[in-house]
Amino acid sequence: MPRVLLLIFILLGVAGTAVAQPAAEPAGDAGQSTPSSEGEPRPPEAAITPEVSKEDALRASLAQFKSRDFDVKAEAIEEIARSGHERGEALLQALLDRELLHDLAGDRIVLGEQADGGWALRDPISEEDVGSAEARAARPVIINNRLRQQIRDLKSVTALANPNPLNRREAAQRLVGNTDLVVLDALRARQAEEANPLVKGVIDTALNIAVLRDPASQLNERLNAIDAVAGSLEPAVRNVLRDRLAQSDAAAERNAAERALKKIDLRTERYETADTIFFGLSLGSVLLLAAIGLAITFGVMGVINMAHGELIMLGAYTTFVVQQIFPDGHEWSLLIALPAAFLVSAIVGIIIERCVIRFLYGRPLETLLATFGVSLILQQAVRLIFSPLNRTVVTPDWMSGALQINPIFSLTYNRLYIIVFALIVFFALQLVLKKTRLGLQVRAVSQNRGTARAMGIRSERVNALTFGLGSGIAGIAGVALAQLTNVGPNLGQSYIIDSFMVVVFGGVGNLWGTLTAAFSLGIANKIIEPMAGAVLAKIMVLVFIILFIQRKPRGLFPQRGRAAEE
Amino acid sequence: MRHSDLTTALTDRTAKTFLGILFGAVLIVALLNLLVPAESGLHVSSYTVSLLGKYLCYALLALALDLVWGYCGILSLGHGAFFALGGYAMGMYLMRQIGDRGVYGHPELPDFMVFLNWEELPWYWHGFDSFGFAMIMVALVPGVLAFVFGWLAFRSRVTGVYLSIITQALTYALMLAFFRNELGFGGNNGLTDFKDILGFSLREDSTRVALLIASALALAGAFVLSRWITGTRLGRTVMAVRDAESRARFLGYRTEHYKLWIFTVSAILAGIAGALYVPQVGIINPGEFSPLNSIELVVWVAVGGRATLYGAVIGAILVNYGKTVFTGVMPEAWLFALGGLFVAVTVFLPQGLVGLAKSLLKRKRQPEPTLSDKEADHEPA
Repeated sequence: MPRVLLLIFILLGVAGTAVAQPAAEPAGDAGQSTPSSEGEPRPPEAAITPEVSKEDALRASLAQFKSRDFDVKAEAIEEIARSGHERGEALLQALLDRELLHDLAGDRIVLGEQADGGWALRDPISEEDVGSAEARAARPVIINNRLRQQIRDLKSVTALANPNPLNRREAAQRLVGNTDLVVLDALRARQAEEANPLVKGVIDTALNIAVLRDPASQLNERLNAIDAVAGSLEPAVRNVLRDRLAQSDAAAERNAAERALKKIDLRTERYETADTIFFGLSLGSVLLLAAIGLAITFGVMGVINMAHGELIMLGAYTTFVVQQIFPDGHEWSLLIALPAAFLVSAIVGIIIERCVIRFLYGRPLETLLATFGVSLILQQAVRLIFSPLNRTVVTPDWMSGALQINPIFSLTYNRLYIIVFALIVFFALQLVLKKTRLGLQVRAVSQNRGTARAMGIRSERVNALTFGLGSGIAGIAGVALAQLTNVGPNLGQSYIIDSFMVVVFGGVGNLWGTLTAAFSLGIANKIIEPMAGAVLAKIMVLVFIILFIQRKPRGLFPQRGRAAEE
Repeated sequence: MRHSDLTTALTDRTAKTFLGILFGAVLIVALLNLLVPAESGLHVSSYTVSLLGKYLCYALLALALDLVWGYCGILSLGHGAFFALGGYAMGMYLMRQIGDRGVYGHPELPDFMVFLNWEELPWYWHGFDSFGFAMIMVALVPGVLAFVFGWLAFRSRVTGVYLSIITQALTYALMLAFFRNELGFGGNNGLTDFKDILGFSLREDSTRVALLIASALALAGAFVLSRWITGTRLGRTVMAVRDAESRARFLGYRTEHYKLWIFTVSAILAGIAGALYVPQVGIINPGEFSPLNSIELVVWVAVGGRATLYGAVIGAILVNYGKTVFTGVMPEAWLFALGGLFVAVTVFLPQGLVGLAKSLLKRKRQPEPTLSDKEADHEPA
């Protein structure tokens, strides 16, 4: 297990750094040192003046914020962005965050934070403490929406020079559809030296849109531009093409725009299908996680465990408790929560097996009732200990956000990880069952209890351990589910019927069947959902399974041979 | 000791005792409610009358489940669905009886439809203004559903746990469906605000007592009918199916027909129970379809003891009385008690209270142990 965990976290870590890297940080030193940023249109002296005079220039620009005229401020913003000073980016951000103050007493521009009903002031460039001011003695520099947009654009322009291609692409994407001359100059400069094809593609799109928007452009220029953007999924492309279709005088251009729009529609449709399938897969992996423990206890041991959902719930609550114990450890506490949840659920599972189920082997219907009783007790216990209200589990940063494949198709990280995680759990379990001694014993007992006992296998112990294994996996499923849904006492109940459906649909005693069933039910659900609504989709899937069971009472992959006879 | 005709089913000692106690209790409650003035210590409140009526409906439902589980070995986890469907049929009749006395005063449409801006009554609501039609539907809707479902399931030999799980899926799917406003059954809120039944106000004590007596009659009728069924040749075959289905099939019996028959009868009884339940509690909503209700029902039967019929009745009344007491005194303990009951009954009392009483009596009469009940009943299927 630990090796598997390590693998997951290496995977997560790689993907995590890609998102978590704040855009502002590397942008600062890029502006200062790399020659790549030289492409930006800037006063020639900016690149060659020594650091000291750069600072003076920056201070002069800052001083302009004392003015009430927004045009003067716009000019100052422009100057700061072009100054190439390492503090430029941070200062613009401070302006956006209303942390750049006009200190009325000293008549200077400073950084400030609210403190003790007044302001704590810092020098805008050296960030040294420069005293404090009364609440009324300083006021934030006021900006309007136009200036805000300007700052954002300029930040994006700066980020175009970021060494990380992901950040560059993001910046370019923000600039798509922007026809500001300064922005276009920056994009053109960047286009010439950009090596990364993905980033270059986005920049090309942005520039082509600018061509299409430009009333002075030539017809063949525009035709080329349309050909180049055909198939791009940026909403701005679609808008500009629609406009050209409606406004253009040239038939050739209208035709080209129409063709391009069709191509876009086709691609959009394809990606929407991909999106549905992705959501289906993620729902499927949730179902797989919830059902796979059940597949062991139900399939391999013939025991109906109605408390399975509550074992999932226990796993989810363990995640919550671990987070309470390590309030600062959201990023890594899952590492502790996973084994902890496995242990908690496995121990509870073994207790259930030892105290209740072992008296009921061979009487599946009674097992069903007894474990249902256990589930009520567990639910109520959790309700008393943790209150009936839902608890929130904090999702670590590396799990939030999304992997943006293109403007309309993105993979949210939490769902992506759940899919990967479910598959890892599945294959780990396969390994345990196929390659370990316990797995061999489990399969022997499930195939023929009598013979297995005659061969010296302690079937009682195997039963308890199998049940513990199945329950432990339910606990792990709980950790995963806690990242997606609310953690409450009813968490388990909402999954138990679905899990049974998955196991029964896939065929009892067959883990591959469970996998197939989970993913096909998940995808089917998500395909029907947009047509019929979530509830109706669920009803339709349930009815389908009920009918399916009539056709194939033993599921998709029925067990064959002696074991099937019971 | 088996009864082969209706008269023995009515007159043997068990039946006499059961019917005697049932009607005795109901009559006493009815008289104490109607004739004794409210100030008197002996007066029974209308609340108690309705509560008792509710218990009797539950008992009827438990009896219906016992018929399929105890006698045919089909553990249905969806009997609550038939109960709720019967209840909805009755609820629709009661809704139509409100007429223009609803909040919106619409002469034709129930309040929730006016609220949803519906223009006219959906086709499936027509006819429910007639009591006779509604009563036919009370039996027909659960009966047809059970028939179709059973026909599909038993024909393809879905048995045991699989059957339990798909019956549970059935009631779950129905619950989700009835929660939808579009279905036209009041969505989340269900049907409520009933005014009167057959022209008698539901608030009147006399109506409540009449409903109580109707419930008792229905229970008694179902009890006698079930005893008669289990005594006939058909009933004996059903028990053979329970004990050794393959063997019965090899002997030439079409086991699926027997199962289907008993399943349908049981569903109709459950529907009648639901129909009597609704006017006494004054509401029916999709919560009645919840899988939890159906499983709880199984434990009533298990507590009382399977395959005795009166055991199911005793179990239903005892567990529900316990629920009333517990939820009043210490509500948070009820689920512990219920959960514990599930475990204790299945592990320690596989034959329920009736089985316990029987074995105690037997031990008194003849000390040496005979073939234990457990072994006799758990012959492999």
